[in-house]
Amino acid sequence: MQGPILVFAESSGSEFRKSAFEAVTEARRLADRSKSEVHALSIGYRIRDQANSLGRFGADKVLVADDESLKLFQPDFYRQIALDLAKKTNPSVILLPATSTGKDLAPRLAIHLNTVVATECTELEISGDDLIATRPAYAGKVLLKVRMGGNPKVATLRPNVFTAKERVPATSPSVESLLFEKPSTRMTVKEFVTSGAKKQDLTEAGVIVSGGRGMGGPENYKILEELAIVMGGVVGASRASVDAGWRPHSDQVGQTGRTVSPTLYIACGISGAIQHRVGMINSKVIVAINRDPEAPIFGFADYGIVGDVFEVVPALTREMRRYYGKS
Amino acid sequence: MCVRRVPDTATRIKIAPDGKSIVTSDAEFVINPFEEYSLEQGVQLKEKHGGELTVLTLGPEKSTSVILKALALGADRAIHLKSENFPDDPSAIARAIAAELKTVEFDVLLFGKKGVDDDNQQVGPMVAELLGIPCATQIVKLDISDGKAVAHREVEGGIIVVETTLPSAFTAEKDLTVPRYASLRELVAARKKPILVKEPQQFPGALETISVQYPPPRPPGRVLGKGVEAVPVLVKVLHEEAKVI
Repeated sequence: MQGPILVFAESSGSEFRKSAFEAVTEARRLADRSKSEVHALSIGYRIRDQANSLGRFGADKVLVADDESLKLFQPDFYRQIALDLAKKTNPSVILLPATSTGKDLAPRLAIHLNTVVATECTELEISGDDLIATRPAYAGKVLLKVRMGGNPKVATLRPNVFTAKERVPATSPSVESLLFEKPSTRMTVKEFVTSGAKKQDLTEAGVIVSGGRGMGGPENYKILEELAIVMGGVVGASRASVDAGWRPHSDQVGQTGRTVSPTLYIACGISGAIQHRVGMINSKVIVAINRDPEAPIFGFADYGIVGDVFEVVPALTREMRRYYGKS
Repeated sequence: MCVRRVPDTATRIKIAPDGKSIVTSDAEFVINPFEEYSLEQGVQLKEKHGGELTVLTLGPEKSTSVILKALALGADRAIHLKSENFPDDPSAIARAIAAELKTVEFDVLLFGKKGVDDDNQQVGPMVAELLGIPCATQIVKLDISDGKAVAHREVEGGIIVVETTLPSAFTAEKDLTVPRYASLRELVAARKKPILVKEPQQFPGALETISVQYPPPRPPGRVLGKGVEAVPVLVKVLHEEAKVI
């Protein structure tokens, strides 16, 4: 494969996202195999000081577009910066995190570069001049292997699947500022409204405590929130509880919600319908707590407790608090 | 607005003997769920601002069922780009849709955020780029007034509010609307609404599927016990055996 590997190192505020480090690590691995360089593209505001940190994960060069108008994702601005760079450096591969920004930006870039995107990849492999991507379809009911030829090959990487690995010793990347001239646009980004105290996104969380119909009502999620806080995790929800209006859609795990792959997924009062299963089956460890011993969730959980969530979950919170020494 | 026919989310997916495709003959097909939300949005915009709602589908003869459903739910007319073997490639699909839309005048172009079949999530923004119009993806709220649109995009940790001039494209996230049901009378009336059938322009794809596999099965798990007595056991195995805490 000819040309550098370009990776979009997404930031949030003035920090890189975890998924940016994962993407840079994977870009490094591919670059080592194809004997090419890793160029990391960073777009944001007051992010320049952080650019060096991408060297820890193997970036040879970091290209920074830093401007107040780039603080929040503006598709026309981001697309123009990435497209200009791609046309100048002719990368063989362009990697982006499969975040809301990455999945918005990737197809815009791809169509202007006469190619297509392999979405939410879980594995990449070089085969001669081609890139073979493994990606789930039908919400993970099947895995597709797709071949991408030509240049560039554009892929988005599912967060939490690729492991960010620091290089020893860290490389010291060259940092280059990109001149940003605002293209004309018919979209104005007004504001970002945070959804409150939630610090991590479901797709990037290490621990998810998820509740289903068995929670009985919105007020009962408090016990899940308590457990999530003790474990440094976040709360998720099944489609049934979202459709009932107990939780916002942004919490939904499953085929019409988020696909997650945390280290630990604790399913509380969730039966385990197929459309939920496909959203969380790639969690490293699944724990099920459910009153019904016949619930399908016990068929694919690693560990199960048959019991009332209203008794078991508070007991688990107490036990975890003791374990973490936070009593 | 664009709709697509997909297997129902409750359907089990079977891999064809060639190992490169999916058996769809016994799957139950529905309107792509994300396009139920965008269709409802289209109907609501029409009810509020007037105008005409056209539904566009690229797909085989069998897509007629979802077109009729969309017409019953409130679309006025349909364009069916009929093709039995169109490449399953988002860039080729986007180019064919954009080529058709260049001949059509519109203010608002609605898509679902993604198809729940191939999960590519690319066609909406690609079409918008090809047409040179703005596109707000993954929206949960849309207000149109004075030739402008204000849309709320659902992103990690919150909402980004954007404003666009019209014409503009949008892709629907689940919370955008609550889809209505069609009455029997509307289903019957839908059969009288015009459907323009055309052949889509062909474009080459850039993605070649080389295999389709079921995900590897998870190793069998075990039930640790009943009720609160099992809790200390769980913490112990998570620490010692699974090593995740």
